[in-house]
Amino acid sequence: MEWKETIRTAVAALNARRMRSLLTMLGILIGIAAVMLTVGLGQGAQASITSQINSLGSNLLIVSPSQSTSSGGFRGGGSAVSTLTTADAAMLADPTVAPDIAAVAPVSTASGSLQSSSTTWTSTVVGTTPDWLSVRAREVGSGRFFTTGELDASSNVAVIGSETATELFSDGSPVGQTISVNGQSFTVIGVLSEAGSSGMSNEDDTVLVPLTTFAARLSTSGNANSVSSIYLSGRDADTLSAAYQQVKTSLLASHGVTADEADFSVSTQASLVETATSITGILTLLLGGIAGISLLVGGIGVMNIMLVSVSERVREIGLRKALGATPGVIRQQFLVEAGILGILGGLLGIGIGVLGAAILTPIIGITVAISIPATLLAMVVSLGIGLVAGVYPASRAAKLAPIDALRSE
Amino acid sequence: MSPMLDMSAVRKTYSTGVVQVEALRGVDLSVDQGDYLAIMGPSGSGKSTLMHIIGCLDVPTSGTYLLDDTDVSKMTESQLAEVRNRKIGFVFQQFNLLSSLSALRNVELPLVYAGVPAATRKERALAALDRVGLADRVQHRPGELSGGQQQRVSVARALVTDPALLLADEPTGNLDSHSTEEILGLFAELNEAGRTIVVITHEFEVAEHAKRRVFIRDGLLATTDAVLGGVH
Repeated sequence: MEWKETIRTAVAALNARRMRSLLTMLGILIGIAAVMLTVGLGQGAQASITSQINSLGSNLLIVSPSQSTSSGGFRGGGSAVSTLTTADAAMLADPTVAPDIAAVAPVSTASGSLQSSSTTWTSTVVGTTPDWLSVRAREVGSGRFFTTGELDASSNVAVIGSETATELFSDGSPVGQTISVNGQSFTVIGVLSEAGSSGMSNEDDTVLVPLTTFAARLSTSGNANSVSSIYLSGRDADTLSAAYQQVKTSLLASHGVTADEADFSVSTQASLVETATSITGILTLLLGGIAGISLLVGGIGVMNIMLVSVSERVREIGLRKALGATPGVIRQQFLVEAGILGILGGLLGIGIGVLGAAILTPIIGITVAISIPATLLAMVVSLGIGLVAGVYPASRAAKLAPIDALRSE
Repeated sequence: MSPMLDMSAVRKTYSTGVVQVEALRGVDLSVDQGDYLAIMGPSGSGKSTLMHIIGCLDVPTSGTYLLDDTDVSKMTESQLAEVRNRKIGFVFQQFNLLSSLSALRNVELPLVYAGVPAATRKERALAALDRVGLADRVQHRPGELSGGQQQRVSVARALVTDPALLLADEPTGNLDSHSTEEILGLFAELNEAGRTIVVITHEFEVAEHAKRRVFIRDGLLATTDAVLGGVH
């Protein structure tokens, strides 16, 4: 029997029970759409986080304070206490200590309420050194960054992010204007170029001031020398692991602790990406797994309805056999029907998935990534589910003895 | 010339649980090309079983059955399907037309399973429908046709493969007397033109139209004249 005839017959049979066929497809549709959306969301989140981490700068190392597990009780004070100081940063900047480090930028952060002549705005205030620009691979769009001289003099100068600039000075250039940060007066000397990274933390909404100024006028920490974290850039990608070791070894030595008692952690971009990837990967797997169960349920729905269909059409099967349909032809007939249910449900599910991704992306701010391979895979999976679900009903139909089938009233 | 249908010592035993039912107990039957045979018998006589075996819908437990010189008594299900498709045209009491398909598509069905290309299929189906006088009803569905017309569609379906044997099982059981005459007239015409026909029936009015009659009782065939004489 030709394929064209088989498909024509299958479509006619499904069309004769239109409502039932649609409801059966709905099961597959929901399953496919759910899997596509959850996996797409996971991949989108992963891509977003990865690009955010990569936009931090190249060959970046980040030293963050951490409570050592062995002496946590002794140190106490929670996460507010930083174990890192400007002295650590100064030591790491010494080429004899860490020869593969190109630049060091200690940073301290605080929340700041900003005020220009016309408006107020809340942003993140960062105290750092002139090296921040090269370590974070950022550029100044207009004006200039602060100098070592201004750092040494604890000058009241600030460089602001592009978005902060737009918010505070909607008309005219911010450079040369005065803003108030937490009650302290600062002169804006530069505006950063857009970082271009999207996502959860906004790199374009920030105020940078010299670290010394921050410590003297804005810091809420008891210790004026403590910093929130230290950003370092390695000389190049090849020596990054050597740089990593130098940073770790020298900090352990200067803090007088063993590796097990370390009160800081050093991460590279690669390790951050790896951590983020593994977390989003697990989440994607979990959500995708749950969505996959709904797909399985859809498949069982197809099997169920095909079994009903076989027992309803016993006479038809008997007649077809009497007229010369072999068991193989009958089996093929029912498999094709189940396959069509699967693939039509899958196609509709892909449609809903793509539509859902288009609607969700602007709402949640994360690109729901629906890739061509994922779409093709969804089609293959839905066809496969239809066929697998059809195997048992189809072989039941194929095994019907023609005389029993014809006799049934 | 060897007979179109040649059965010898055909037995069929069904086992229903522990009880063995002997539906056929050694049937010898021979039908020549161009013959028109009526097989008569009451219900429970083994009439249906004989029809199933003649129609290759079932195989005998023992004995041999040659259909058009082919031994079909030991065939597999797939082989039997092919024999049914090529050598037998069925006409059923219940018509057994597919209600969702047009008369034309119903008649085409055996050709679909024979793998005949679409254009040839349509041509042959139209010719068969024309032969039974339904050329103007080819696009009608079974539900839009009278009982007599539906049975004529199924005769067209039986003829479309040009089978060795036209096998009719109570073909007039669901028809009024006018339609019965129509169908029996059609059978007579077809037989006149050389078609071999076997009709299974319990009605003398139907059997009378045949050239030959055999009677089945308790799984055995009896000679026609004796049985008819006995009943009359």
